[in-house]
Amino acid sequence: MSRDDPKKNPSARRRFLAQGAAAAAGILAGGSAPGRGQADEAAPPGIPDWTKTPGADVGSQTYGQPSRFESGLIRNVPKGLKQYISASSRTPLQDLDGILTPNGLFYERHHGGIPDIDPARHRLLVHGLVEMPLVLTLDDIRRFPSESRIHFLECSGNPSYDVIKKGRTASDLVGLVSCAEWTGVRLATVLREAGLKPDARWVVAEGADAAAMTRSIPIEKCLDDALLVYSQNGERLRPQQGYPLRVLLPGFEGNMSVKWLRRLNVTTEPAFSREETAKYTDLMPDGTARQFTFVMEAKSIITRPSGTQRIVPGFHEITGLAWTGRGKIRGVQVSVDSGKTWQDASLQEPVLTRALTRFRLPWKWDGQPTTIASRAIDETGYVQPSFEDLTAVRGLNSFYHNNAVVPWHIAESGEVANGYA
Amino acid sequence: MATHRVAALVGTALCVGIAGIAHSAERFGIGRPATEAEIAAWNIDIDRDGRKLPLGSGSVAQGRAVFESQCASCHGSRGEGGTGDRLAGGQGTLATAKPVRTVGSFWPYAPTLFDYIRRAMPLNAPQSLSADDVYAVSAYILHLNGLVPDGATLDARSLAAIRMPNRDGFVPDPRPDVKP
Repeated sequence: MSRDDPKKNPSARRRFLAQGAAAAAGILAGGSAPGRGQADEAAPPGIPDWTKTPGADVGSQTYGQPSRFESGLIRNVPKGLKQYISASSRTPLQDLDGILTPNGLFYERHHGGIPDIDPARHRLLVHGLVEMPLVLTLDDIRRFPSESRIHFLECSGNPSYDVIKKGRTASDLVGLVSCAEWTGVRLATVLREAGLKPDARWVVAEGADAAAMTRSIPIEKCLDDALLVYSQNGERLRPQQGYPLRVLLPGFEGNMSVKWLRRLNVTTEPAFSREETAKYTDLMPDGTARQFTFVMEAKSIITRPSGTQRIVPGFHEITGLAWTGRGKIRGVQVSVDSGKTWQDASLQEPVLTRALTRFRLPWKWDGQPTTIASRAIDETGYVQPSFEDLTAVRGLNSFYHNNAVVPWHIAESGEVANGYA
Repeated sequence: MATHRVAALVGTALCVGIAGIAHSAERFGIGRPATEAEIAAWNIDIDRDGRKLPLGSGSVAQGRAVFESQCASCHGSRGEGGTGDRLAGGQGTLATAKPVRTVGSFWPYAPTLFDYIRRAMPLNAPQSLSADDVYAVSAYILHLNGLVPDGATLDARSLAAIRMPNRDGFVPDPRPDVKP
């Protein structure tokens, strides 16, 4: 491995990963096989160096990092943007297992950059239609009864209607979704602490970032499953996810889960902010735009095999993720014959409300070109639509809330590519 | 605190135990009351009818100057767009194959322009413009869209009175709308 140090040489890293994957799942190596004709002392009958010398000291990393051989597992950051203050990066879904997204790989969408907030100086103001307007510190908020729940969070444009044709990897296509265990206090608890007045109908949430992001949340959601979150996967929120305090609205478009939360204004009407009029509204072919389209509808994607991967004939476990803003995933169907037939995938327990759900289907590829795809069905009976069916209703300029099936085309060479491209 | 004290008084008069339960069901007693001044300083969201618009005013001419120095590098001198969104034009395109969404063609409420510019623009220095400058820039952008004349000066009342062309262009969420 020394001449091909994956840390220094990205193409060597890709080869290394491909080799590992080839051993595990029969995915073809992108480069040449290692050590043909030369002994690899790490393989039997050899004894590897890492066995013959002690490793690094306990505590040599006071905050643990992934293996250096995993340095390619990073956020999918678009290249060549005009600016990166208001932009997004995606979770590398095709390289992750299970349903929880590591905090460092959680997708990002910021509108005014990532603020560097001192939690000791941060304040939450609760005002408007309340009996007692309140100022709360982070210490105050952590004194309330707490709750932990696993939920996905998804950007409403995941993907936009043009990206679905251009994206190469699963991450390019739907990497603006991630899932975590969130800990915080119910928003209802904090609102009741301030005392809601009878005419309270909406809560306008505002961030302390440079965008002062503002979204209006219907009171029903506030009093249902909404959380004010301070921890994610056991540790404090990362700055990218709203440190030190954010809203979390399970199943609603991500933009509404306002990060870096500084203010809750209880009102009779929505704010009709720019983000709920000019943006995050869905333009229809007749020129009208749908407004307050909050729920993220059922969606799924096969993460393996998926775009840019390469497979060999023989056994493969097809696996992927499904989720719905309307509750639980009831089932996922997979087609391996270009949509002619569909079969039920198995769902990994636990299947949680408004959380990513992992599905799997064993499959033997016969080496013939085909298209594979998944479609999710949620507990309301809703079935994830094809892009054709979706755009037949909504046209091509709706931009947001695209939950269409993502097909992967598998060529005779075994190369997997976007089935819409 | 009023609820607090009433509960405590009733408890003292009748039964301390019951008052304790009522008290905890009503409030945890966490946080402190916000003052009027604190609320006023942070309460910047503007409703669609502009009732919360602040004092101040600005003309199209002033707005043109502020826009040139603060906004044009991203949005173009005439709001034609660049690294920032296009702000002008596009009226009549929403129902076409290539809709152009701008302030003039798409935004339903003029007071939202004040709200957004004040809270988030310019991108490199948000919340740095005075109320007069925000009125002026709003006036200039509306002028670029043919919605106010060149000589216009806008304040809370006149900004709120502007009827945006796409005011009635928004509809509620009808989903689920796609049948398999």
